[in-house]
Amino acid sequence: MSPIYFIVFLPLIAAAVAGLSNKAFGSTFPKLVTTVSLFAACALSWPIFLQYLGGHAEPTISPVFTWMLSGSMQVDWALRVDSLTAVMLVVVTSVSFLVHLYSWGYMSEEPDQPRFFAYLSLFTFAMLMLVTANNLVQMFFGWEGVGLASYLLIGFWFRKPSANAAAIKAFVVNRVGDLGFMLGIFGTFLVFGTIDIPTILAAAPNMHGSTIGFLGARFDTMTVLCLLLFVGAMGKSAQLGLHTWLPDAMEGPTPVSALIHAATMVTAGVFMVCRMSPMFEQSAVALGVVTFVGAATCFFAATVGTTQTDIKRVIAYSTCSQLGYMFFAAGVGAYGAAMFHLFTHAFFKALLFLGAGSVIHAMHHEQDMRYYGGLWKKIPVTYWTMMFGTLAITGVGIPGIFGNTAFGFAGFHSKDAIIEASYAAGQTSAFWVGVFVALLTSFYSWRLVFLTFHGKPRWAGSEHIQHAVHDHHGHGHDDHAHGQEAAEDEGAGHTPTADEILHDHGHEGTAGYHPHESPIVMLIPLIVLTLGAIFAGFVFHGFFIEPSAGETYWHGAVAFNEHLMHAMHEVPVWVKLSATIAMLSGLAIAYGAYIVSPSFPAKFAEAFRPLYLFSLNKWYFDELYNFLFVRPAFAIGRLFWKQGDEATIDRFGPNGVAKVVQLGGGVTAKLQSGYVYAYAFIMLIGLTAALTWVIAR
Amino acid sequence: MSGFPILTVMLAVPAIAAVACLFLNAQGARWLALAATFVDLALGILLWANFQTGDGAAQWQFVEHVRLFGIGGAEFAWALGIDGFALLLIALSVFLMPICIGASWLSIEKRVPEYMAAFLATEVLMIGTFAAQDLMLFYVFFEGGLIPMFLIIGIWGGANRIYASYKFFLYTLLGSLLMLIAIIYMILTTGTTSIPVLMQHDFPAHVQTWLWLAFFASFAVKMPMWPVHTWLPDAHVQAPTAGSVILAGVLLKLGGYGFLRFSLPMFPEASAQFIWLVFLLSAVAVVYTSLVALVQSDMKKLIAYSSVAHMAIVTFGLFALNAQGIEGAMMVMLGHGVVSGALFLCVGVIYDRLHTREIDRYGGLAINMPRYAVLFLLFTMASVGLPGTSNFIGEFLSLAGLYQVSTLYALLGTTGIILGAAYMLYLYRRVAFGDLTKDDVKAMPDLDLREFAMLGALAAVTLWMGVYPESFMKPMRGDVEKLVARLERAAPAGDSAPTVGKPAPAAHHEAAPAAHGEAH
Repeated sequence: MSPIYFIVFLPLIAAAVAGLSNKAFGSTFPKLVTTVSLFAACALSWPIFLQYLGGHAEPTISPVFTWMLSGSMQVDWALRVDSLTAVMLVVVTSVSFLVHLYSWGYMSEEPDQPRFFAYLSLFTFAMLMLVTANNLVQMFFGWEGVGLASYLLIGFWFRKPSANAAAIKAFVVNRVGDLGFMLGIFGTFLVFGTIDIPTILAAAPNMHGSTIGFLGARFDTMTVLCLLLFVGAMGKSAQLGLHTWLPDAMEGPTPVSALIHAATMVTAGVFMVCRMSPMFEQSAVALGVVTFVGAATCFFAATVGTTQTDIKRVIAYSTCSQLGYMFFAAGVGAYGAAMFHLFTHAFFKALLFLGAGSVIHAMHHEQDMRYYGGLWKKIPVTYWTMMFGTLAITGVGIPGIFGNTAFGFAGFHSKDAIIEASYAAGQTSAFWVGVFVALLTSFYSWRLVFLTFHGKPRWAGSEHIQHAVHDHHGHGHDDHAHGQEAAEDEGAGHTPTADEILHDHGHEGTAGYHPHESPIVMLIPLIVLTLGAIFAGFVFHGFFIEPSAGETYWHGAVAFNEHLMHAMHEVPVWVKLSATIAMLSGLAIAYGAYIVSPSFPAKFAEAFRPLYLFSLNKWYFDELYNFLFVRPAFAIGRLFWKQGDEATIDRFGPNGVAKVVQLGGGVTAKLQSGYVYAYAFIMLIGLTAALTWVIAR
Repeated sequence: MSGFPILTVMLAVPAIAAVACLFLNAQGARWLALAATFVDLALGILLWANFQTGDGAAQWQFVEHVRLFGIGGAEFAWALGIDGFALLLIALSVFLMPICIGASWLSIEKRVPEYMAAFLATEVLMIGTFAAQDLMLFYVFFEGGLIPMFLIIGIWGGANRIYASYKFFLYTLLGSLLMLIAIIYMILTTGTTSIPVLMQHDFPAHVQTWLWLAFFASFAVKMPMWPVHTWLPDAHVQAPTAGSVILAGVLLKLGGYGFLRFSLPMFPEASAQFIWLVFLLSAVAVVYTSLVALVQSDMKKLIAYSSVAHMAIVTFGLFALNAQGIEGAMMVMLGHGVVSGALFLCVGVIYDRLHTREIDRYGGLAINMPRYAVLFLLFTMASVGLPGTSNFIGEFLSLAGLYQVSTLYALLGTTGIILGAAYMLYLYRRVAFGDLTKDDVKAMPDLDLREFAMLGALAAVTLWMGVYPESFMKPMRGDVEKLVARLERAAPAGDSAPTVGKPAPAAHHEAAPAAHGEAH
């Protein structure tokens, strides 16, 4: 029996066992079951990946059973493994296992741990179903399954109104994307007569010049299908326009943010575009849109990330921005680079999130960086691991311009590959966006590090810290789960004078609080992920993006463009240096603004107040959507109900008839006492009898 | 099974039990009703197990035919027999009935024998409707099925029950009369009352138009389609829990069954002719009733409005006139039957505890009623059409079928998945999530064994249909093929009409994707 069955179904079984286990068993048993299952799944996944890296493995399909059979549409439950799936298998199971482990520590004070672990494992199952899908409908199953798990985990602290709102928002916004995905599946079935992915991809190159009717006009067939599918990808991967749910998703526990909203689920859109890449290759328009949306998201999210003060939101916008990079890599045809960035990003972003969780844990659930500072001595392991995460995301490394082999942290290899590929593909504007965002990435990442770990402690201003100190617990722990904490804490990050507080000396000081380093069970995942953040890029870049090694590795699993990868190596030296220069500039600005001259950000924010507010308020997307969609939906619903159903249909329908009956027959009293239907029945029966008699005669 | 009149027995068991109930005390009536519905469930399973599928299987099985009397050359007969559609809907009915009896076990306190008799009568009439092969017999069952429902709402309903049953009646009356006239016309012109024969009969096109409209008047109300849906929210709100379960679970399927059994096979040209009307009303229903559902403060009203939206997906699928559409429509009917029944039961469970349907009176039930919260969540997700649950299969196939006819309506129909998620999750949030602050809500106990068994059975079927729908799609496959073959001559061409493409010109894969620029 192929190990893939165990990889996929162990997490499902574990989730069921953990979810249904009796409370009387305590929480250790469900935690153990889920974590061990994930360890097993992870241990089984790596050999598969290594096999593909060795270049010997062919794609395999392990059937389960038939799901739907309707007319000419056949949908099977089956598990596909190829080199693309293999990448996702190791990413998903590794990060998931580490997050399970981390949660032993992070969630240790939580009364509801079995439920949490069950959700995590359920998520992993759904994600694995998504990446092993051999047809579009099973992919959609996984797609919605991860959406469900995401909904449940964002709303894990369901007593909190803000968590519930965020959970619903995540689900509903994703559904907007799903609308596109579903229409894309329908259209694909209509055109190709199948929803089987390999068959579709094999037929796609023969669709040149084909046109299709859509909403009354005719378009290029592949453009329509790809764009519909891409709308789905935009929702799941939080691309501009459908991104609004991702920052709010930070309401979930931090391990969830690391697993779902950074490393795995949100990359499903990128995975889908890569999986369907032979289709996207047929439509220059669709690829152009992917590039544009990716670049726009990349830029937008980075600009917002520079002003947020909630540590998790900074990383959330960072994720959004990095996903933008992946999309524009796919859009310029560098699918290998997109997957490579997905792969390295999973490690360093999970690391940054878990590190942030460790900081939050140490700071008694305080998430506002304005109340951090000077933490590096107190929580050194967290500090150093996050430092490596930052080196990885900002792309620190030595470019290979002197004939030497390029060497750097994970993000250096993957992000620079994207930037170079966009230049090599002739997408100059995307290239410049990529470079500029590299600067912003560096800036907001270092800003996070400097605000959190350096400078003087500013803990005294935090209500959480005050709370902890006055409760005499003093360990950064107390009996409160997050769930019970007041939602208004969340509001703290949204005051327009955000950066100014940093320099209000009244808030400085430790307030007598002593942050503690996280327990070892939380540090192990950090250390393992640090290894990934350091080496994932250097070790694996050959397989993902080198022209010949990549061709061997991908083996048709994505539309690997060997020529583009060649061209990437031949870009001018200044192009190769540009990302590094941008990175160094971002670092310099952050250093200047938050270490050398800490009063600068406030002055800058004051001088460019509209720009600052625009970024701080996330370009006002939430306000716009509330105005355009949410409020009108309720208003129109009420209008239809009161004016449509009650004042029109009922008034002229049944109530009108009742009035006529009352006037004509004088049966007011009877109507009110409820005999009207008896009368009417008699009428009906009489009529039937009369008609029967007429016919019979 | 040859010779054993299983369908007649399935009708006789609840019929006899109904009469017997009237002579028993409350407790006796409960047990007898439960026993009778379980016997019918067992017979239903037997029916399913012995139903032949695949090549060579007869379209009509378990056929019974006893001549009753003849009028004007037409033979009226006790003619029963089922195809796959009927089998599945009978299975749905007999599955839901014991649950309905269980749901009424404690909550109905007055006139229990009469109540149980009314439910058993409903069961007889529902099975009869699906099993009838004689047109007049069908009509009697079809219209008669409403009488016990009027009584259930009118006697055991809520405060405003009279208005609700009046409205329910008034809507159905007009449609029924028109359908009766059409039926009489059909009998007179063809000289037969046999439904299987009529399903092969080709009426002239202009006649089809009028007959189709007459049947449509009846089925559209039963469905219910917008704008003749306003009886449903009132009926649900006033009906006792079990009444809502059977109303949403089975009675709403009578309209869809009617389209499937009469409108499509008997009047294919007229069906094609009126696609625009059906699609238009369905599209309005999806958007309109979903938005109305969003602003409801009464749980039952919310679910009632959501039913209208879901039934619009059924009419969309049916009138796509292709295999995916019709199979999808049937799957939505089955899935919705189970899931909306379960949702009304979920409402009933908490209504029994707090005696209010106001959503805002609840909150935080996930804390003190965790088992309830899990099951309620499952049904919420099923209602939203999450893959892996029953409703996804139906919605997906219906909309896939619809897309082949009209991309615009497919787009409008698919907006239902967004709006559906919005109103259901908003409902779930207000009921189950949030903090537990209200004292009377705090005092609510979790599910007892009876409630857990009922909801558990529904949950199991919901997942079964979602993960392995083949069990349900296999019996109807042959019938769908026959129906699609019959509709083929009338089926419209879709608006997609993709043209054939040719292989892409030898891709040079020069760096710039501009190389692909000539895609248009």
